Amino acid sequence: MNNSDLTVEKFANEQYKYGFVTDIETDKLPKGLNEDVIRLISEKKNEPAWMTEWRLKAYRHWLTMKEPHWSNVKYDPIDYQDIVYYAAPKKKPKLNNLDEADPELVKAFEKLGIPIEEQKRLAGVAVDAVFDSVSVATTFKEKLSELGIVFCSMSEALQHHPDLVKKYLGTVVPYTDNFFASLNSAVFSDGSFAYVPKGVRCPMELSTYFRINASETGQFERTLIVAEEGAYVSYLEGCTAPIRDTNQLHAAVVELVALDNAEIKYSTVQNWYPGDKDGKGGIYNFVTKRGACRGVNSKISWTQVETGSAITWKYPSCLLQGDNSVGEFYSVAMTNNMQQADTGTKMIHIGKNTRSTIISKGISAGRSNNSYRGQVRITRKADNARNYSQCDSLLIGDKCGAHTFPYLETNNPTAQVEHEATTSKIGADQIFYLNQRGISTEDAVRLIVNGYCKEVFKQLPMEFAVEATRLLSMSLEGSVG
Amino acid sequence: MLEIRNLHASIEAKEILRGIDLKVNVGEVHAIMGPNGSGKSTLANVLAGRPEYQVTAGEVIYEGKDLLAMAPEIRAREGVFLAFQYPVELPGVNNTTFLRAALNEAHKHRNQPEVSAGAFLAMLKKKIQLVEMPDTLLNRAVNEGFSGGEKKRNEILQMAVLEPRLAILDETDSGLDIDALRIVAGGVNKLRSKDNAIIVVTHYQRLLNYIVPDFVHVLYNGKIVKSGDKELALELEERGYDWAKDEEVAAR
Ligand SMILES: Nc1ncnc2c1ncn2[C@@H]1O[C@H](COP(=O)(O)OP(=O)(O)OP(=O)(O)O)[C@@H](O)[C@H]1O
Ligand SMILES: [Mg+2]
Repeated sequence: MNNSDLTVEKFANEQYKYGFVTDIETDKLPKGLNEDVIRLISEKKNEPAWMTEWRLKAYRHWLTMKEPHWSNVKYDPIDYQDIVYYAAPKKKPKLNNLDEADPELVKAFEKLGIPIEEQKRLAGVAVDAVFDSVSVATTFKEKLSELGIVFCSMSEALQHHPDLVKKYLGTVVPYTDNFFASLNSAVFSDGSFAYVPKGVRCPMELSTYFRINASETGQFERTLIVAEEGAYVSYLEGCTAPIRDTNQLHAAVVELVALDNAEIKYSTVQNWYPGDKDGKGGIYNFVTKRGACRGVNSKISWTQVETGSAITWKYPSCLLQGDNSVGEFYSVAMTNNMQQADTGTKMIHIGKNTRSTIISKGISAGRSNNSYRGQVRITRKADNARNYSQCDSLLIGDKCGAHTFPYLETNNPTAQVEHEATTSKIGADQIFYLNQRGISTEDAVRLIVNGYCKEVFKQLPMEFAVEATRLLSMSLEGSVG
Repeated sequence: MLEIRNLHASIEAKEILRGIDLKVNVGEVHAIMGPNGSGKSTLANVLAGRPEYQVTAGEVIYEGKDLLAMAPEIRAREGVFLAFQYPVELPGVNNTTFLRAALNEAHKHRNQPEVSAGAFLAMLKKKIQLVEMPDTLLNRAVNEGFSGGEKKRNEILQMAVLEPRLAILDETDSGLDIDALRIVAGGVNKLRSKDNAIIVVTHYQRLLNYIVPDFVHVLYNGKIVKSGDKELALELEERGYDWAKDEEVAAR
């Protein structure tokens, strides 16, 4: 074992910094799932009848499904009756600004190092904070509503814009889509809703910080973003979670709809609790994210920086339906200790002259396993479709694994598809070179890793890129050689 | 400034350095010559603290401190600099970012204020003139895709930025064309002062015409077999290493 491996070991023993539980009284249902629980969730949220019906249909369908086990991750069976499906803060204040928020909540955000106040000041960001399933702070709403933009929690959207929700919900990810999406459709607690009307460019980044708080509460976020003809919106999602003993299931669904000439940028910095160094207690993150480029010349970009979760199972995808539409996927997935990630994307080319780009950067440290799974499908009518995929893996230490599973299906002879893949290791000679210039091993690894991720980071909005760099450094802390 | 006493070092259980004694005073330039595989790079790397080498005996005192007890990055911050025979490529790591990070580590170590990005760039502009390096190389990843000669210049640029107390140049002249050799050697000479010391490892007397050493040592099979002044280099050029070795054998 050389010196750099020893450093890997040392790094691997670091503690998760964001482990704390905020003391806000929660109102939660007993554990377990059945039709009554679903009706109760819907009732508590005062939803229209069609929504309740939709949830029930999803539930009934879910009962017929089997949990998927094709991904390259391993975990103990999940007992779906041992999960609490609804928890909401008891105090449910209506807030115009942060000063009115529960001081405990504000403190929680401060501990996260991303106080809303600072966020607002820094970037002019409207923050819709989803705290344990129910939104408690939504800002900038008025400024946005002047432009006809709706940005609120899914619950509010169901109260104030039910027709918009009804028109688009489940049109990209139907409730029959997959096991976790069906479960989410049945029990989703809250999430974000954004709607940008025809011809409007959303003047600010829309941002949500998610956070799991109540003990043993599965989180089932549902997010829907719609950009009408010629509209543009950039949406930021970020999250951290406190330490838990039992594994927590997180099964979110995100749907994006871009009509003619519309563009949606969706950026995620994900930092769910990864579990301790033996992998105990981390979040299971089974997410379905999909965007439909429905209109001509529409564009959807997914950018994600994944550092957390015990297990991540996530494939933000694009359905390129409109002619000339563009799909992009930029990803940094970092795993450490016992983390397992199976992530990637799907680019489904349906319209003519559709283009997609995939840049995936995997980083594995500790004893973690990091898999890239990407599908590029060119359908029969997709003339002149193009895809460029680049999948790089970086290994830190020699106990971790990186795997690449590209799936390519071409049904049209005019398609141009390019795939590049590399695997590299941070070499002891690189570390020594940097050491010899006075840079510690930790900082050396950071420099190399940041350099490696640059292509993805530069896709992120400025202030988010800074945060991503910080999170990555934190996840690397204790893990590198 | 530097005193090496009876230094033995091995790699993968193979002994390479077999008892090195060397004393370097501040203000001096020492040249180390010797055939391929004699242990010159090993000596340089052991002084810099490369973890693959095991020191099996001996000691190294640097500025009154036990050099071998220090981690490599601490040695660097204390002013020990190694210009590598084969500089490593660092894909994605911006050369300027890297240089500034390195300088600031040294500053922090000496409780000096960090250098701001602006001040650093201004300083860098001057330093690159010293090695006549095109500034496009500053915006590229460290050594990535650099030609052999560009890598060597980049090493000396780093030396110019970090201003080490003790610089060890491991075959900085190899791979340089004649003009580049003159430029790089000129750069090193400008960095030479009464407050620092330089150890130059080279195969060629030619370099020593530019960087004139105070002492020349011949390393052979892990030992210094002969020491002298700059004339020794000329003599070696004429008579070859066998001559130096034979003298040692005769002396035994
Ligand atoms: N990792 C290693 N494993 C085994 N032997 C090694 C290793 N690294 C170096 N050596 C050996 O150590 C000896 C000394 O090597 P070193 O690089 O110090 O020589 P040098 O004097 O710098 O030679 P050159 O003039 O060719 O640069 C050589 O015989 C070399 O093969
Ligand atoms: Mg050598």
